[in-house]
Amino acid sequence: MSEASQELQNDVAQLIVSTLNLDISPEEIQPDTPLYGEGLGLDSIDILEVALAVSKHFGFQLRADNADNVRIFSSLASLTQHIAANREK
Amino acid sequence: MSTLPLIAHRRPDAVVAWRGSTPVSVRQFLGEVDHVAGQLPPGQHVLNLCGDRYRFAVALAACIVSGRISLLPSTHTPEMVRQMQRIAPDVFCIVDQDAVNKAGGGVDLPTFGYPESAPMPAANPAAAPTINCPAIDCEQVIALVFTSGSTGMPMPHVKRWGSLVHSVRAEAERLGIGAAHAILGTVPPQHMYGLESTVLMPLQSGAVLHAGHPFYPADICAALASLPRPRVLVTTPYHLRALLKDQATLPAVDQLLSATAPLSQDLAREAETRFGAPLHEIYGCTETGQLASRRTASGLEWHTLADVRLRREGQTLWAEGGHIDSPTGLADVIDLVGDGFVSTTFLLRGRHADQVNIAGKRTSLAYLNHQLNAIPGVQDGVFLLPREDGPDSIHRLTALVVAPGLTPAALTRALRERIDPVFLPRPLLFVEALPRNATGKLPSQITQDLLATLQAQAATGMPA
Repeated sequence: MSEASQELQNDVAQLIVSTLNLDISPEEIQPDTPLYGEGLGLDSIDILEVALAVSKHFGFQLRADNADNVRIFSSLASLTQHIAANREK
Repeated sequence: MSTLPLIAHRRPDAVVAWRGSTPVSVRQFLGEVDHVAGQLPPGQHVLNLCGDRYRFAVALAACIVSGRISLLPSTHTPEMVRQMQRIAPDVFCIVDQDAVNKAGGGVDLPTFGYPESAPMPAANPAAAPTINCPAIDCEQVIALVFTSGSTGMPMPHVKRWGSLVHSVRAEAERLGIGAAHAILGTVPPQHMYGLESTVLMPLQSGAVLHAGHPFYPADICAALASLPRPRVLVTTPYHLRALLKDQATLPAVDQLLSATAPLSQDLAREAETRFGAPLHEIYGCTETGQLASRRTASGLEWHTLADVRLRREGQTLWAEGGHIDSPTGLADVIDLVGDGFVSTTFLLRGRHADQVNIAGKRTSLAYLNHQLNAIPGVQDGVFLLPREDGPDSIHRLTALVVAPGLTPAALTRALRERIDPVFLPRPLLFVEALPRNATGKLPSQITQDLLATLQAQAATGMPA
């Protein structure tokens, strides 16, 4: 992974932890562990909160016109990838 | 036998639903209902998990015309599904592609796949100029809606056709909704509010339901903008707050409806201004269905729906009249407006002390405690309500637990089997013993003090 995408992944982990007030440090979120359900244990309320934070920090709005909703949030790595591809700031 | 029609639409080419930008006619809907009803397996009880609201409506109508009963539990965890199976051993579930995508395969029950690709009866414009709309017996049981109960067993509440139809017709009349309106919901149809306001109200007022169930604010706005006006948004305080926070511009709407949790007047006023529409809140409970509404921006008093009244008798407050089949006691803390013991106007002072509401999902502390203590390895445990600081923010539950042989991860995994994820405790705190008094009770002040001590220790990094 390039240095820039590693940095973005750290930023996204930090954003998740601070948005949701989680009891863990950003480094503890494994890139490939599911964010939903078992794994990090996020639910739909958390996902909406993170979506609002993403839109504020990265300047684009998450959409789920297809089954992407589940895929985007399947792991920290996939969320980071989605942000890298869509960010406007 | 008195009957009421399955839908209120009168012309066969009237639009009953929007699937994306494709309209569905009454003729097509009734044909599809007939087709699905003819294919259902023999069981009489149904868990309708369809994610597409149009398919949910077709499946529901197919169950109604074939005399089947829909089960509406408060959540779909594996434990709740097992409980549904104990209550109704013949239960099967109906899933569509959306449900499969979301849940990754649905629940552990015999499954009927919605016939999505099957050829539906061709929409023939030259077909009969009138429709043959099924008439449903008002006494027919349509659904069993479950509350959490206090013993760990869900409590069923019977919903009959006549009562359901009268309640949603009263709702449509209150909101001025009729054949011209298109209705978009952000709530699932598998709970009372979504069932009433996003499925039955459109079908019984001749309005048009939107098949979608948008989640992200940008998707909600896009779906709204795609609908012809007048259009209605049926939502919750939680989605409203997200919409107002996230979206710089909002599409014009003609009516906003919110329920599941109280809304502040500030948020109601902001929503009215920015959407350019009146916002009504609906109040009800599982036992009675919807009871009253208010336009929150202009007043906090609730006004009962047509012919419903509240009556105080000693300590009990009864809801009666209108669509309510027999007087039903209300658990919430309510003040009647006016001098008498009977009123159609009231103020809601608080929910029943045992009730938990997080982002519109409801359960009771007794139910949660029962589920926690039923987990092997848990010696004692209790859920605690968060401290309230305003109706518009979301708070999570805390749990104190005595379970020396279990890890936090193992306990969380066991809880996830049993209770809805929004009620999972954050934090989950392990203790050596709960501060029970001589009678085995947990005095709330002492428990809160223990919680404060544990949290202070956690904050300073001291061992708990």
